[in-house]
Amino acid sequence: MSATTTSGGAAVGAASGGERFFLEREKVLGPLMLLPAVIYIVALVGFPLVLAVLYAFTNVTVGDPRIDGTGDFVGLDNFRAVLNDNVFRKALRNTIGFTVISQIIVIILANILSLVLAADFKGKRLVRFLILLPWTTPIALGVLGWFWLLDSVYSPIDYALRRLDLLGPQTPLGPARNMYWLGETELARFAVLLVHIWRTLPLATVILLAGLTSIPQDIKDAANVDGAGFWRQLFYIRLPLLLPIMAVASLFSIVFTFTDLTVSLVLTRGGPVNDTQVLATWAYFKGIQGGSLAQGAAIALFLLPVLIAIAIAMLRLARRAGAD
Amino acid sequence: MAVVETRKLSKRFSDEVMAVDAIDLRSTDGEFLVLLGPSGCGKTTLLRMIGGLEPPTSGEILIGDRLVNHLPPRARQIAMVFQSYALYPHMTVYNNIAFPLKAQKVDKAALKLKVDWAALILGIDGLLDRKPRQLSGGQRQRVALARALVREPNVFLLDEPLSNLDAQRRASARDELQQFQRDIGTTTIYVTHDQIEAMGMGDRIVVIEQGRIRQIGTPREIYEEPADTYVATFVGSPPMNLIPDGGDLVGFRPESFFPLDDDGRSSGDDLVRFTLTDAREEYLGSEKLVYGEVNGVKAVARMATNAPLSVRDGGSAPFGVHKQDLRIFDRESGLRRQLARAAQVEPAPVSGAPGR
Repeated sequence: MSATTTSGGAAVGAASGGERFFLEREKVLGPLMLLPAVIYIVALVGFPLVLAVLYAFTNVTVGDPRIDGTGDFVGLDNFRAVLNDNVFRKALRNTIGFTVISQIIVIILANILSLVLAADFKGKRLVRFLILLPWTTPIALGVLGWFWLLDSVYSPIDYALRRLDLLGPQTPLGPARNMYWLGETELARFAVLLVHIWRTLPLATVILLAGLTSIPQDIKDAANVDGAGFWRQLFYIRLPLLLPIMAVASLFSIVFTFTDLTVSLVLTRGGPVNDTQVLATWAYFKGIQGGSLAQGAAIALFLLPVLIAIAIAMLRLARRAGAD
Repeated sequence: MAVVETRKLSKRFSDEVMAVDAIDLRSTDGEFLVLLGPSGCGKTTLLRMIGGLEPPTSGEILIGDRLVNHLPPRARQIAMVFQSYALYPHMTVYNNIAFPLKAQKVDKAALKLKVDWAALILGIDGLLDRKPRQLSGGQRQRVALARALVREPNVFLLDEPLSNLDAQRRASARDELQQFQRDIGTTTIYVTHDQIEAMGMGDRIVVIEQGRIRQIGTPREIYEEPADTYVATFVGSPPMNLIPDGGDLVGFRPESFFPLDDDGRSSGDDLVRFTLTDAREEYLGSEKLVYGEVNGVKAVARMATNAPLSVRDGGSAPFGVHKQDLRIFDRESGLRRQLARAAQVEPAPVSGAPGR
């Protein structure tokens, strides 16, 4: 950024006469301002992506990451190995499961929340701020917080349950004195889902809230005069009008959840026994910790079709919105 | 059908601003009543209160002699057409028109019959499968009207429904809308800031300024017998001339203000004479306006393009007004003096009149 401004300033200083407005020409200024973004995307997105695709067809490891010649290329071997791996299939199922279930819940909750927040009440701003907080927290920190909340021995949730006589000897959830949230398959999956929902709900809510407030007052008034009650207005006016923006909110949340590494890694490390393993964590464990860069790349590439589909859907939505 | 009535109806938005200030209003059955005023005068707020979209601060609203203050919009037997038309963008024209009926749980066969009937009346029966964004402004306005009509309401509330149309389309839409209202005979309250719409369509006009009623009357009464200087200058283009004379303001319409022959031939008992100074002519095709000053106050005369008038730019010329065309207002309050007072005006009430 600073480099381009400096050179731009120099150009203005050196120029004279007709050259003075050199920077104001769209053909000059446009590419100049786009340049930082292009450099950023090529260096940090494009290059690693090409590298990942390349690695997926080779036998490189963390110890020997160089592609020395055609001998290093192994064709589809990595993909075959990955697909035959039980853990990978579990991770794929979990990734899809976590994404679909959490996003269905998020879109329902976000709709309800945004309707509540759109209403006029005292302390509305404070509530909105609080709801947005999980979104502003760094993911790793937030997940660490949950990690403590769900600790196998000192969990405050368990403590509360015990105090309510729901947990412990001779109680509905007993006789154990702890739930072992992250140690039991179903509970661990539930915990991962919960954190995903906690994390994506704020953004979805805020997006829907913006959508709600953008519905013209006249339309709401007309529906009122036309005799539509709350539910009819909700299902025939608000939700249909919100549909495009709901799609945007969903697509954002799906991308975040589908590609997420942090939640499973920090909360459960994929456990117990790989039951909360997702594609991102498995690619990390296999490729970085396990040393098989090539297999890790192959696993990560399974994220690609879904992400491409979402990218296309997003672009279509944007084009439709532009056409209207 | 129904009579709409408001009693001391007020709306206060903040501590200072009275958007609507103790308005008493009573329509007749089947009337086309126009609320006319500048933007921000409270006319839309008044309409929204009648429709139930805005709770009044105080006062009563009666529709069909029934107090409706606490009824939601849908229980008031009204239909409203909004300035933006407020069509549901995701629904076809058919579903837009059918929406109020579906809310009333009308059965399917009857619903289709009614939608087709409303669409036919408004000439949009060929557009039922389209979405609002595929329609022109005029077509959208008709869909909005059809949606209002299909409920067979007791009262129509129209909020500047023509203001989104281009000038040409507006003239024909005005005529169609008036025809439509005459045919169905439903009491209609129509809000506009456009005096041409008000004059052309209204059975009666309610002139509103700063939340208060200035005058209620037929277009002719509003134009010819304005109750105060506000109405006199708000209605009519160019507005009524107001020439100060002692504690009075002498008012006359530009078209009643005509040039006198130099030889004074057209003088007579019923004529009041003025001298228009610093005259300037404006040619408008079918007519012309002559601007100038009378006693140092701006005045304007309107006449046919071919009217005989020879005055240099910046020159003076004798002008006259028939006595029966003079309207006298109190200078202090702006209120119109008694009609009888106008007849008592002396032949030359203005000191600056030419002394021939």
